[in-house]
Formats: sequence, structure tokens, C-alpha cells
Amino acid sequence: MEEYSVIGKRVPRIDAREKVMGEAKYAADYGLPGMLWCKVLRAPYPHARIVNIDTNRAMRLPGVKAVVTGADFGGWTWGFMATTRDEPPLAVDKVRYLYEAVAAVAAVDEETAEEACELIKVEYEQLPGIFDPEEAMKQGAPVIHDYRPNNVSVEYHWNFGDVEKAFADSYIVREDRFETGKVVTGFLEPPASLAYYDPSGQITVWAAKQSPYFHYRHLAACFRLPLSKIRIVQPFIGGGFGGTKNDSVAGDFCVVMLSKKTGKPVKYVYTMEEVLTTCRRRHNMIIYNKMGMTKDGILTAVESRVIGNGGGYTAIGPLTMYLTGSGTTLPYRLPNYKYDAWRVFTNNPVSAAMRGHGFTHTRFACDVQMDMLGEELGIDPVEIRMRNAIDNPAPGTEYRTVNGIGIKTCGLKEAITAAVADPLWADREKTPKQEGFVSHGVGLSGTTYQGGARQLGHQSCGAIIRICEDGTVNFLTGATDCGQGSDTVLSMIAAEELGVRYEDIAIKRVDTAYTPVDPGSYGSRVTLLAGQATQLAARDAKRQLLEAGAKTWNCAPDDMEIKNGFAYLKADPEKRMSFEKLAKIACYEGAGAVIIGRGHSSYGLETIDFNRGTGNGGTSYSFTAQTVRLGVDMETGKVDVTDFTIAHDAGVPLHPVSVESQNEGGAVQGLSQAVYEGFIMENGVTYNRTLLDYKMPRSTDVPDIKVIDIITNDPDGPFGAKEASEGSIVSTPPAVISALHAATGVWFKKLPVTPEDIVKGLKEAGKWGVKD
Amino acid sequence: MEQITIFVNGQRHELLIKPWATLLDVLREDLGLTGTKEGCGVGECGACTVIMEGRIVNACLILAAEAREKEIITIEGMAKGEELHPIQQAFVDIGGLQCGFCTPGMVLSTKALLDKNQNPTDEEIRKGLEGNFCRCTGYTKIIESVREAAERMKG
Repeated sequence: MEEYSVIGKRVPRIDAREKVMGEAKYAADYGLPGMLWCKVLRAPYPHARIVNIDTNRAMRLPGVKAVVTGADFGGWTWGFMATTRDEPPLAVDKVRYLYEAVAAVAAVDEETAEEACELIKVEYEQLPGIFDPEEAMKQGAPVIHDYRPNNVSVEYHWNFGDVEKAFADSYIVREDRFETGKVVTGFLEPPASLAYYDPSGQITVWAAKQSPYFHYRHLAACFRLPLSKIRIVQPFIGGGFGGTKNDSVAGDFCVVMLSKKTGKPVKYVYTMEEVLTTCRRRHNMIIYNKMGMTKDGILTAVESRVIGNGGGYTAIGPLTMYLTGSGTTLPYRLPNYKYDAWRVFTNNPVSAAMRGHGFTHTRFACDVQMDMLGEELGIDPVEIRMRNAIDNPAPGTEYRTVNGIGIKTCGLKEAITAAVADPLWADREKTPKQEGFVSHGVGLSGTTYQGGARQLGHQSCGAIIRICEDGTVNFLTGATDCGQGSDTVLSMIAAEELGVRYEDIAIKRVDTAYTPVDPGSYGSRVTLLAGQATQLAARDAKRQLLEAGAKTWNCAPDDMEIKNGFAYLKADPEKRMSFEKLAKIACYEGAGAVIIGRGHSSYGLETIDFNRGTGNGGTSYSFTAQTVRLGVDMETGKVDVTDFTIAHDAGVPLHPVSVESQNEGGAVQGLSQAVYEGFIMENGVTYNRTLLDYKMPRSTDVPDIKVIDIITNDPDGPFGAKEASEGSIVSTPPAVISALHAATGVWFKKLPVTPEDIVKGLKEAGKWGVKD
Repeated sequence: MEQITIFVNGQRHELLIKPWATLLDVLREDLGLTGTKEGCGVGECGACTVIMEGRIVNACLILAAEAREKEIITIEGMAKGEELHPIQQAFVDIGGLQCGFCTPGMVLSTKALLDKNQNPTDEEIRKGLEGNFCRCTGYTKIIESVREAAERMKG
């Protein structure tokens, strides 16, 4: 591989100093003179008709400046597709989940706003609620949205090949019911926004958004203003992980409307309780999976029937259900595939995207089921995967799945080989299997995730590189770093392409008034697509610089090169000048010039078809093999996960520190979804609604993690990169289930697997408390 | 309103506060020290960690009145001007942070740990950071940063 000056180096994160000093400002840290505080009033029922709202008493409370209700938004609703815009900023005619927002107050301080909310009198007529998606699909179930009388918010039926024939011809077929949990994304920074509706007709907001340009479009549509009048200034973002911060929440619309009404800036900051009870969650999915194999363990067909617990509104659900089905044909060769999916409205909080979007559900089901079939056939977990894994295509060729996904590089076999060569797996027989009541097990998974995701609508990222006359660089991107490290990676790309030092790049955060429009931070797309835009913008600036330099040296621009802060003649590297001097020549010579490089991404222009299930959801695909070692207390069911080894094919790791950290963080989040984390719910009520009760992993709960890079150098990514942010959240749950099986002999098919589930499973298998 | 005196990062502040104001409210709203973050508001996430009289506390659980006459260190008190504290420098060099929201609390918990124990084992490091949630990193690089900081501060 080519020797790079910046790419692949362990440079410090570009935002590290501000962050360790406490100088990084997040949305809640902003304030303006005369600012008012907003609080949102929420409904006490999961399904109820709003009969009347009386705001008079609230308005009379001293310190209250304005109150808004659903009626103020004039019937405007939003949603992912034109046909599914079913969610109002504040409920209008009825509420569809517990604590849905119904009104909001702006007051001189937070306490007054809160008190005013209590004075708003809302009359409700309670309606029967429906909380289980399979019940909600039945005839006669209460209807949540009139436009979907069967409660089905999204429905797909795809069919590739001939599954019926394939199952009939299979040596072995099994059917299982799997279920994934109800979980929150878990960012530590609650959503917040400071908004000012300038009476001349412009909106400025400082909002905690991982994709500020979604919010920009929402505000323009909601307030019927041109996009050019909407300015979103992006603060530092305290974690995203998809869903909530890729969307707008009630508070976001209310602060703008309240600012419009009062002429003052208005701020809201959600409490963590509001996050846990009302913000977007990952879909809880029920997966009826049928899988067939030959006698030799070769996959013949998969049929998945998936029911997604959608909650009260559609949100991004059409994409969720697409991704949940689309990824099933990877990373193993699958000739026949049928997918029937229903996303169902229930009176629960709204389900949406989360890290590992879609793929995580069906990859969990398929990877575990593959192991189950392997066990029945007497083929071990490594062999069953190696026999089915997609080969790394020869350079210039492509593997096509039955649903039209194109794979140009695939490091799965290499990743499995590396993961099982690691002592964690290789020496598993040498470590004790049993210590007292604790039974140990080591498990394996082999999974995939897409990078460079596309949705519908606008896909392209842009970048602007401005060369300062002293040779430093101002870099504008529309991409948002919500913690993943993209500002660092993009700055590295800019430095490498321009030939300057990393520390000479100054990246600016998103301000929709100045930065190029960008789809956002989701689907592991930023490094690939904003990265390509950055590369092209840097090349554009470099071309302009070299043209100026070549004039001075009486040569052609192509005769010159820039590297490590110096421009030189390719034929005579001794003839050189500093980048600063080159910048001065370009800016000052003759009539002078302003050097601005620009570029936009163009990877992945293929269209996808939600209804047929065809096409590439991403520009490229990562592959992960993971091993897990854990111990299970056979009496109490308590699980202690001690070690992870993750072999991940990210193409080429551009910033190894971030690639490792993303793998580690994703894996811990995945671990939590496998064995720790989940909402406890009954009839639409979330019982664990603070972080005291909703447990996320602490430093004492997580294993030692080793990350192995698998290099495949993908042609559709800057410097060969593929995604590194989401692969390990997909690979961890099946690896944990595989390890639990190795430890206990029991297959667990519902996430999270709690100690109670383990004890129950052990009792059913006659193994409870047994010491070998 | 109640009058209190507190010492924050070596500076004396006389403040008029609401009796129900928390130390977190006072630090963020009255003193403008927004490096201390509010995550959960119930003392569970550790984003509001500060050091009070040498001990780490969750500023969201401490009434400002309880901090009367107390010495408090916030993240803003760690660096000397532009020069980072060795703990901060170790987090920068190792990459023990991602979104940064938990970072001020992590740095202060590390300080409280290393002030008491210059040679912590990995288990002691994990225990020392137990009150600080991080959702981004999986803790691996944070633990490595603390190990590195301990090494550097010894030398």
C-alpha cells in the first residue's frame, strides 16, 4: 500500500483539547440576552382523544410569555416519506403514546415554565390502547391512525429466487422465532436547542443535531420559510447513535414557535426522563426465520417474516424495514430469499433508526440460526461460516447478491481466520470450562454492515477548502462530528491530499448559512462520502496552487508535487519551496487570486427500490468476525463477559485510533443489547425511565477488547476506506449468544438475555445449578 | 434567596442563590462554568462530576447551600492557562474521548483516583471511573488514558 504522510497515523483528535478542557460548547451551554425557557406539557395517556385544551391559567402566571398548542402549527406534520408524514410537532386531535407532547410554554425561567405546564388544563377522552404489534395487526384492533386502518405503517414483500423449491430440496430446514429488545440510543447529552425567530423572518438555532440539515428542512417546511432563511449553527454534539438526533423532537419546533410569538430567544433542554420516555428508540422486532441447508452446510434459502413494533408514528420506519430485509443476503452466499415485513403502529414511543440500523435484527437471527443448523449437522461454527462466506472478489470484479447488492471487497474469510487464530478462540479448550458454579464459553459471529448509506432524496456531500495566504487551511464541511471522529478523519484527508501538515487544517463545524449542504451523519456515510468530497475539494485547491507555482517555475503543473508542507519538482525534489510560499505566490502574484477548492461526492448513485428490495443501500460493505469469552453462573444466571476480539474489515483504517474506538464502543453497545439493556414496559408505560433504572454498561461491566484490522482497500472509498462505526454493534449480539450457548448448551433467541431468562432456559434444559 | 460563599478553582465567589439551587445550577448558570455537564440529573451518569474538598461528587445531587465555604475544582480548573494537566494531555494523546460530553467528569474522576493512588491496577481504574458513563468509547481507551496519566505523573 502507498506510504501516506497523514493517513493511517495516530494523530490526536482535532477536537481533543477543547473537549478535555471543558471548553467544547454543547447546545445547552449556549444562551442569549433576554432568553426564555421552554418546557413541554405531555399527555398522561398512551391513546386518547384531545377534547379541549385550556391555557388561560398558564398564561396568567407571572413570568409566562407564551403558550403554544398543536393548533399553532396549522396542521403541519412531518415524516420520512411524502406518504408517511403523520407526526405533528404537538398532538392535535389525539395522542398516540404516553407523554406525547401536547403544549409548550415559554417563561422567564425553567421553573416558571414547568409550573405553567401544570396549569394547562387538557381534557382527554381515553381510547383503548394497543401495545403488542402482533395484536395490533389483528382485525378489530383499535386503530391508531385513520390513514392506516390495519395499523400497518410500512409493509414489504420481496421474493428472490425460489424459496419453496429450495426448502423442498434442502437436507435440513429450521424455523425459529427471534426477538430483539426495546432499547434507547443512549447519548449522554439530552436534546437541546436555543432558537431565535428574528421578526424580519429568519430563524437561527443552536441545536443538538447529528444531521443538522434534516432539521433545517423541517424548520423551513414547518414555518413556511425558504431554506435560505434557516440557519442552524451546530454546537459540539454529545453523542448521537441515530434516531432522535437525526430527527426533530417536539421541543425543537416549540422553541422556534415560541420565539416567533414572543420575539425573544427561547431554549429547551430535555431531561433524561423525557429522553427515556419520549425520544426515538430502536425498533423492537419479532423475526420468524426459516433457513435451509444442504447436508454439507451450504445455505439454500432464507425466509424472514419480520414484525416491527413501530410505536405511535412512522418516522424513518420505511428505511428501517428496507435495511432489515436488505442485509440478509450478506455476508454469506444466499441464492433464494423471501422477506415479508410489517412495521406496525402501537401506542408505544416511536421506533426509529439506531446504530446498526436494520441489519442488526436479521443478522442476529440469521447468524445464530446458522450456528444452530451447523450444530445439527455436526459442522463447527468456524467451518459453517467459512463454507458460506462470500469470497473477496478479484480486483475489478464484483459479487452480486440475489437482491442486487454489489460487493467489491470482502474481508470476511480473512477476518474469521484472524479472529479464530487469536488465543481467545484458538486456546479456548485450554482454559477451564467450569469454575465453581461458573461455566465459561467462547462464541463466534461473522457479520456485515453497509457504509456510505443512501436514503431517498438528497445524497451528496460537499466540501470547501480555503487556502489562507500563510499556508494554513480553512476547511468547511457539511458533515457533523457527533463524537465518531469525522472532523479528525476529514481533516486528515484534506491534509494528505493537499500535502500539508495535519495541524495546518482548521475545520469548521456546520453552520447552514456557510457550510455546504449535507445529508447528515448516519449509515456510516461520513468518511466515505464527505471524505470523497474533501478529497475532491483539496485536489481542486491543489490544482489552482500548482498552476500558480508552475508559472513561477516555468514548468507544467503536472511537473510539481506537494507533500509534507513543501512543493517540489518531481524530477528534482531538491528544488522546492514551502507550502506557505506557494500559497503567497498563488494569492499575491499578478492581479492576485483567492484559492477556494470545492468538491462534492458522487459514490453510490445507484437507486434503491424499497418495494422490490433491490439495490445497494450503501457504497460499500464492512465485514466483521468477532469472538467473545464469558462466564455464566449456572445457579443465578449472571453473565460476566470478559473478552472480545473483533476482526473488522474497514477497507483501510484512515485514523486507527477512531477505528478502534468505534469498534470498541459499538461492541459495548451491542453487548448491552445482548445481555444488559432494555425498557421494561407494560401497556405503553415505560417503568425504567431514569438512568438509575435503565442500566447502561459502566467501566466495570465491559470486557477487555482487542481490535484486529483487516485491510481490503475498497475502490469506492477515499484511500480505500469502508465503514468502521457500526459493524461491531451488529457482530456482538450473535457472538454473545454463541458464547452463551457454548457455556450452557442452551440457545437464547430473545434479546436481551437476562439472568431470569438464563435460569429459565437452564431449568428447561435440566441444567440449572449443575456443576460438571 | 440565600447568600453563600464558595471557592471554585481557587477563586472566591459570593452568590445569592435560590435555596433549592443545586451546585450544578450555580456552576453552570451563575458562574458560567459550562464545562460541567448535566446528563441524567439523578446522580447516575457522572457528567456533572466535580471535586469538592478532594472528593468527587455529582454536582446535580449537591445543593449549592451544602457547598458553602467549600473548595471546588471543576474541569476549567485543571489546565494552567493553555498548558494541559498531565491527565488531560494523556486523554488527548491516547484518544480517551469521542463526543466529549463525559470527558470533564472522566478527567476529574481520574484526578481524584490518582491523587489517592499513584499506581492503580486496571481493576482500580475501572472502579475509580465506575460513576462516569461513557456511551461512545466502550471505556477501553479511557482506561488506557488513565494508565498513561498515572505513568506520566509518577515520572
